[in-house]
Amino acid sequence: MTDPQRLETIMSRYAGVAADLIPVLQDIQDEFNYLPKDELKVVAQHLNVPLTRVYSVATFFKMFSLEPRGKHLIRVCLGTACHLRGGQRLVETVGRRLNVGPGHATEDLQFSLETVGCLGSCAQAPLMMIDDKYFGRMAVDKVPKILKPYKP
Amino acid sequence: MPKFESMNHLEEYRGRLLSSRNPQEPQVLVCGGPGCLPMGSEEVAAAFQAELKQRGLNGNVVLKESGCQGLCAKAVKVMLRPQGITYQQVTAEDVPEIVEATLVNGKILDKFCYQDPADGSVKAYKSKVPFYQGQRPIVLGKMDLIDPTSLDDYLAQGGYQALQKVLGGKSPEAVIDAVERSGLRGRGGGGFPTGRKWRLCRQAPGDVKYLICNGDEGDPGAFMDRAVMEGDPHAVLEGMIIGGFAIGANQGYIYVRHEYPLAVKRLALAIDQAREAGLLGANLLGSGFSFDVKISKGAGAFVCGEETALIASMEGDIGEPHPRPPYPAVAGLWGKPTVINNVETWANVPAIMSHGPEWYAAIGTENSKGTKVFSLVGAVNNTGLVEVPMGTTLRQMVYDLGGGIRDGGEFKAVQTGGPSGGCIPKQFLDLPVDYDSLQSVGSIMGSGGMIVMDETSCMVDVARYFMSFLHDESCGKCTPCREGTKHLLEILTEITKGNGKEEHIPLMEELCDTMAAASLCGLGQSAVNPVRSTLKYFREEYEAHILHKKCPALVCRPLLKYTVDPETCTGCLACVRECPVDAIHGEAAEPQVIDQELCVKCGMCHAVCKFDAVKVES
Amino acid sequence: MKNDSVSLTIDGKPVQVPAGTALLLAAKANNIDIPTLCYHPELKPEGHCRLCVVEIGTAPRTRLVNSCTYPAEPGLVVQTASAKVLASRRMVLELLLAQAPAGEHLKEMAAAMGVHETRFKKGDPAARCILCAQCVRTCREVVGVSAISMAFRTPKKRVATPFAEQSEACIGCGSCVFICPTNTIAYTEKDGIRTVWGRKFELQPCNKCGNYIAPKAQLEHWAKLTGDPVESFYVCKDCR
Ligand SMILES: Cc1cc2nc3c(=O)[nH]c(=O)nc-3n(C[C@H](O)[C@H](O)[C@H](O)COP(=O)(O)O)c2cc1C
Ligand code: SF4
Ligand code: SF4
Ligand code: SF4
Ligand code: FES
Ligand code: FES
Repeated sequence: MTDPQRLETIMSRYAGVAADLIPVLQDIQDEFNYLPKDELKVVAQHLNVPLTRVYSVATFFKMFSLEPRGKHLIRVCLGTACHLRGGQRLVETVGRRLNVGPGHATEDLQFSLETVGCLGSCAQAPLMMIDDKYFGRMAVDKVPKILKPYKP
Repeated sequence: MPKFESMNHLEEYRGRLLSSRNPQEPQVLVCGGPGCLPMGSEEVAAAFQAELKQRGLNGNVVLKESGCQGLCAKAVKVMLRPQGITYQQVTAEDVPEIVEATLVNGKILDKFCYQDPADGSVKAYKSKVPFYQGQRPIVLGKMDLIDPTSLDDYLAQGGYQALQKVLGGKSPEAVIDAVERSGLRGRGGGGFPTGRKWRLCRQAPGDVKYLICNGDEGDPGAFMDRAVMEGDPHAVLEGMIIGGFAIGANQGYIYVRHEYPLAVKRLALAIDQAREAGLLGANLLGSGFSFDVKISKGAGAFVCGEETALIASMEGDIGEPHPRPPYPAVAGLWGKPTVINNVETWANVPAIMSHGPEWYAAIGTENSKGTKVFSLVGAVNNTGLVEVPMGTTLRQMVYDLGGGIRDGGEFKAVQTGGPSGGCIPKQFLDLPVDYDSLQSVGSIMGSGGMIVMDETSCMVDVARYFMSFLHDESCGKCTPCREGTKHLLEILTEITKGNGKEEHIPLMEELCDTMAAASLCGLGQSAVNPVRSTLKYFREEYEAHILHKKCPALVCRPLLKYTVDPETCTGCLACVRECPVDAIHGEAAEPQVIDQELCVKCGMCHAVCKFDAVKVES
Repeated sequence: MKNDSVSLTIDGKPVQVPAGTALLLAAKANNIDIPTLCYHPELKPEGHCRLCVVEIGTAPRTRLVNSCTYPAEPGLVVQTASAKVLASRRMVLELLLAQAPAGEHLKEMAAAMGVHETRFKKGDPAARCILCAQCVRTCREVVGVSAISMAFRTPKKRVATPFAEQSEACIGCGSCVFICPTNTIAYTEKDGIRTVWGRKFELQPCNKCGNYIAPKAQLEHWAKLTGDPVESFYVCKDCR
């Protein structure tokens, strides 16, 4: 499918009112892996909202990215329990192994590294997630082995 | 599943369902809750399936994936019914042995049972494990009994009976009365009386009203609502339908944070099932009342847990709170009267309607009725989800349920209420936990996060941590919060770096006063609690950082010094490989030396040394 | 309900105002001035700056609320200059002085309230914006084009055009510039060209006197709103 077709498919699921803005952006991000500028302009027209509204929302919420993201999303938890059990060190280790800072994608767009407020599995702190898979009771020396299957 | 046309129809179906079920049937319930999932519960469940099949037992033994079984520290948890045996730390490899010994030969395997740290005794049955003994499960009651994806399981446990009772002859006012008399207060943080909120909304002028379930659960360190949405989604729906009937709303929404994909999936499934069964939709159960529920996914903003910000984002705008009044109960979603309640609040409603308000009000303390679910995490042995009567003391939670401090450590503080709460020191261990007593010591109940800290936690660092979280999550609309969190973070960071000044303390106190009093929403108003409470109860730690440039808990990196103990170092070079700045030198198999000039104090060497040869001091 | 009048006490003085009147206006109607930074009579109040806080209730159960949105209620006791209010105002001003060290109006206002310095670390010395959102609200509510909005949140929150590019929606009217209390928004007019938010607008001269009326884009916007031909706006107010 071409990009306009992909967007068309998403928009066809909605009534086209302002309240659909966040769900539409979530679907676009799922489909395109980020929020491409051109698509956002079309969304504003379709939902009949000013482009400023789309831009405000796209920059306000943490899950949205205006830049292409990596194929695999790594989320390291920095919730309280994880912070107390070395979450920060975990982010740094992952970042160093992949040569990427939190909030960014690797150059080859294989990974994006993000930190999150809490993943909700605090009993297994520290915790990280790659795509939809959880890794509990992490330790810095487990990182290479966990990353391996995701590498190109 | 038929579409129930009437309450009798549902009751008949339930009767047939119950008589077709053999209470003595052997069941294996593998925990699929938030604590066990990351520890491989799916693999364990798959192993059971394969093993049962291979032995031809799949016809006799029912295998289910349950919601959180509570004792998440001992993941993966497995419950064996009808005996009520609770196994722990089960891996896929253990499964054949468990099937052979326990399921086939009826033998209990001690190594998978809880061992009481007090006397080393082995507890095989759930009813004997101290962690469960002090609890009073109402909201979590069905967690380890049902498969959350099965409406039949929920019905078999008496699900939707409360709804039948309500639709079968109670007036909306009577429902509100009952909720009011039960003493139920909001479980999302504020503790506002639920019945009163519903009444305000019912009385607000307007034909169209809405109802929202707040499943944003943004407090780091809290996963109660996640466990309920994933483990017993129909209870939330049932509560909402009853609420809709009481306030006169025909549409409800569940707002779930996007970090909880499984909760979204389970709720969506439950909604579909309920619609199909005629428990949602037009004229439900033939009662003439219509109600439907939609899911809204959050997009990553802590402030969207605040009710007016949540509503703004549901309307497709940024999550900036709005000044109240007007309150949502009068003018909420699309300007219509709207009741917002927390997940756990909704999940309490069916139990209250089933057993009656008096039953509920008999549990708890004078002004805080019922139970509260806490996520007990941090430095305790038994981390997990607990549900206790209001008024249970912190000591009971930490020592009786929590099994004491892990690694034989010393209790230092317990943090309740997430980033909006405070750190409670040792002298208040006997405090009964309820809304008012927590507030009296400078914390709040919040949504139920309970993070236990031992002497390895630095309280200045804890305050800095919460402030950095809050600064990042502040929406930026109002000055005291936007700028206040910035400067508190800035000052706290300077202190943890050893650049603190004595005048910083009174300046922070003064700033906290304004933030608490003048911020627009609860985020800014309560952002000061972690700072105020640590300043009040742990001032000597601030002073150690400011006056002596030391971090007694050995946490604040710039104040630490790492060295290698030549006696214990084996020269394995693990630390050398991890050091990001190549500050560690020495020959292989010889003791290593850390170049203090280069060292950035990241602590990697300390974390990876298998021989405990890297020493840290402040 | 809206027309009912309510009695309340402001600074010890009994006053009567229509129910629902914002405390700020109730005070003003009784000659009590409360300082504000984000309030404007033409805009829906949103309570951004928190300078206008007042203390309500009676001791010991009092609290601060922002007077620009809090409605007058029967029997309410309001203090507009209590110790708590003054302390909070000064602290907010100190915070704003650190945020916007170049804001002249802000400095004057602060000085008038006895705040001459901030104890907090100052940000960019050239910064002026205090995020009061008056520009954004004007463009949305009064001009009706929503060419600018708040982007990002706290650490990076700022007023911006979409993608920080030239805005197609902007009509170059300059309303945002004129309303800004801190003179933040860059704006120039030279040789018949107005530049605002990085975009150049050609100004239309009056068919009669030759003085510049407004950007062509703005006149086109008016034409669209009224349905009149755009040429009908090519004569300035004075020549009409
Ligand atoms: C910053 C902030 C975050 C909040 N987050 C949540 C949340 O995640 N879940 C929740 O139920 N309530 C949250 N609340 C409280 C809600 O605003 C609201 O009071 C609550 O949902 C009402 O439900 P209850 O009466 O059942 O507690 C939050 C409040 C604030 C100020
Ligand atoms: S207190 Fe913080 S989160 Fe709440 S409105 Fe103000 S800036 Fe936004
Ligand atoms: S100049 Fe542009 S941005 Fe400013 S108010 Fe006019 S239209 Fe809006
Ligand atoms: S640019 Fe001016 S009007 Fe706009 S938010 Fe900043 S200070 Fe307020
Ligand atoms: S998630 Fe399995 S016990 Fe809590
Ligand atoms: S004038 Fe009321 S908050 Fe700014």
